[in-house]
Amino acid sequence: MVIILNGEDREEPPDITVLTLLQTLGIGPGRVAVELNGDVLRREDFGRRTLGDGDRVELVQFVGGG
Amino acid sequence: MQTGTLTIAGKSYPSRLIVGTGKYPDFDVMRRAIEASGASMVTVAVRRVDLSRRGGESLLDSIDTARVTLLPNTAGCRTAEEAVRTARLGREAGLSDLVKLEVIGDERTLFPDNEGLLQATRILVKEGFTVLPYTNDDLVVAKRLRDAGAAAVMPLAAPIGSGLGIQNPANLRILLEEIRDVPLIVDAGVGTASDAAIVMETGADGVLMNTGIAGADDPVKMARAMKLAVEAGRLAFEAGRIPKKLHARASSPLEGIVR
Repeated sequence: MVIILNGEDREEPPDITVLTLLQTLGIGPGRVAVELNGDVLRREDFGRRTLGDGDRVELVQFVGGG
Repeated sequence: MQTGTLTIAGKSYPSRLIVGTGKYPDFDVMRRAIEASGASMVTVAVRRVDLSRRGGESLLDSIDTARVTLLPNTAGCRTAEEAVRTARLGREAGLSDLVKLEVIGDERTLFPDNEGLLQATRILVKEGFTVLPYTNDDLVVAKRLRDAGAAAVMPLAAPIGSGLGIQNPANLRILLEEIRDVPLIVDAGVGTASDAAIVMETGADGVLMNTGIAGADDPVKMARAMKLAVEAGRLAFEAGRIPKKLHARASSPLEGIVR
C-alpha cells in the first residue's frame, strides 16, 4: 500500500502501525508528533493505530525557531 | 537583588527574558547562549521531520528541558487554520499547552494578520491552550486578544529579525497603561542590550528575542549582555526614575564653596 508521508508517496506493508513506521524510520516516538489525515494522534495511540492505503501522515518535530 | 518573576497563566518563571533557538551557528553555541541568557523559557518551531537526513543531533539534545520550558511557536503560518494545526502538533510534541501564536499577514515585514490571529486565539483558548500571541502594537487588537483569553500580549517593537530597536515607544507605553491584567512581553525588534533595557524600563513584564542574540558575532557574550540588560532595565523600572528636567540641578552643596 502507499501512504503519503510528509507530502511524499511511500510504499509500506499493509496495516503497519504508526509505531512500527516510526521504528522503520529510526525515529523515537518521544520526540515527534504525528498527524493522520488531519487529526493529531496521541502518543499512547501510536502502537494501536494502523495505516491504510492513501493515508496522509505528517511527522513533525521541534527545530530551532524564534 | 530580586526583580520578581514573570507570571504567565498562574505559573512563575524566574527570568523575564525569553529566547529563541533559531539561527545559531551550531547546537553547542545555542546551548551555551541559552545558559548565559538565564532564560527560563525558549521558543521552538514545529517542522516536518526531514526524512532524507535522519540521525545526528537533534535540537532537544541541546536544551535542558528540566530547567527551561519549551514554548512551541506557529512561525510561518499564514492563516488561522495553519496556526491552529501547528499548535496542536506542537502540543503533542512537547506535551504542554503553551503556544507562541503567530499568524503572518505580510511576507516582507512579517507583520501579523490581526483577523487570523484573533480567530486562532479564540479556537486555541477554547481547546485549553495557553496562548501567547505575537501581535502588532495596536491597542484595540491587544484588548481583543486579552478578551479572547490570551495569557499574554506580545507586541513587536520592530519587524522580526530587523534589530532596529524600539521603534514604537509611545505605542508600547499606551499598551502598558491599558493592558494590566495579562503580562505584556515585547517580542521582536531588539538589536542590542540597550534595546532590551529600554523595553524593561518602560515597564514591560518581559522580552522575547532570537536574532539579537543568535546573530551577534559572539552569541554567548550577547546572551549574557541581554540577561544583564533585562535585569538592569527591570530594576530601574521598579526603582522609579527621576523626572526629566530641562535645566541643571547641582548634585553638590551650593553652600561653603571656597571662593
